[in-house]
Amino acid sequence: MEHALETTLTVNGQRVTRRIEPRQHLVDFLREELGLTGSHIGCEHGVCGACTIRVNGEIVRGCLMLAVQADGCTVETIEGLTDSKELAPLQKAFHERNALQCGFCTPGMLMAAQDLVRSKAKPTRDEIRAHISGNYCRCTGYQSIVDAIEETLNGQG
Amino acid sequence: MKAPPFAYAKAKSLAEAFDLIERPGAKILAGGQSLIPSLNMRLASPDLLVDITGLRDLGVIDLRPNGLRIGALATHSQIESSELVARHVPLLAEAVKHVAHPAIRNRGTIGGSLALADPAAEYPACALALNATIVLAHRRGERRVSAGNFFKGLFETDVRPGEILAAVEFPKVDRSVFLELSRRQGDYAIVGLAGVADASGKRIAFFGAGATPMLAVNAAKENTLEGAQRALSKDLNPPADLYHSSATKLHLAKVLLSRAWNTLSKPH
Repeated sequence: MEHALETTLTVNGQRVTRRIEPRQHLVDFLREELGLTGSHIGCEHGVCGACTIRVNGEIVRGCLMLAVQADGCTVETIEGLTDSKELAPLQKAFHERNALQCGFCTPGMLMAAQDLVRSKAKPTRDEIRAHISGNYCRCTGYQSIVDAIEETLNGQG
Repeated sequence: MKAPPFAYAKAKSLAEAFDLIERPGAKILAGGQSLIPSLNMRLASPDLLVDITGLRDLGVIDLRPNGLRIGALATHSQIESSELVARHVPLLAEAVKHVAHPAIRNRGTIGGSLALADPAAEYPACALALNATIVLAHRRGERRVSAGNFFKGLFETDVRPGEILAAVEFPKVDRSVFLELSRRQGDYAIVGLAGVADASGKRIAFFGAGATPMLAVNAAKENTLEGAQRALSKDLNPPADLYHSSATKLHLAKVLLSRAWNTLSKPH
């Protein structure tokens, strides 16, 4: 722990302070130190989107941000947005549309999709696809995921 | 993979950043959206990362008499949502839509993209087409370099030791075209075109078509599309990638040229 730095951040509403090695990226910190294993680790170089989380209100790649960079930041994960029920409409639509098979990409997919839902935009299907283009699903072929997101967007009036 | 060990320091001022980057093995960390993957893949192993994202002055987008000055730390998302960019540098507003994905655009910066100088990246080609000025800050002031002199080679720029890319200044040009071919939305370009035109003529830069963004000097002088497409063979000799031969890339560059041609050729 020769380079470790004391870091304080707020994760899902709770303030945490830890000594963190700079080499540890944020999603590893959430999973290994805080036990928040809902954010998944896929490629670890920013391609797959499985680790998508929210930092200061914006979605980011959890593998492309160092945990020490989150000092002073507010971090929200799939666990926090599930508990707050913010994701409930999307989760219901994903369930009903069978928008997942193995489920590995789903937490990241929901975090990216919720970003669009929150924006209150009325995107076309192509724009929905563009928005989740950084989130890979190797099972579904995306059709049902786009259906679920579209349904949620239409449902919010 | 996991990054190798390194130390980390967040600069509180530009003066402190200049001190930190002089330490052995120091590397500047801005948005980190290219640097952190290369650390994770162990393609880079710096001793010290100097995080400059706390230097708020470097994130300002500011209209000046001679054009738009964009601070190095402006993120792709800020550029995407900036009305100043949309109004005064529409080429950049078009280009940013092709830069990676929303979660990456929220952290990646224009300064990082220019300093990395990936030959398939969008901003370097825009900077070259617009003949932007790159502003490099150092202890005693700043040095200004035109985009044409800034990109030296593959991932190689004119940034000297002790300098920090502080801003980029784009002249206002209203007629521009940005086109990119990629396998999927947000992927690196197979080949792309950033073109501008004004009363003095056309400037057409290609990316993904050489070691640096490439200015198609010969093609831009031609008066007809057919002539320009022929001349493009003199301007470009694109390196093959895993999926596309050099000839395919040159063909695709000619296709993009044809799509851009009418917009760039309208009389002024």
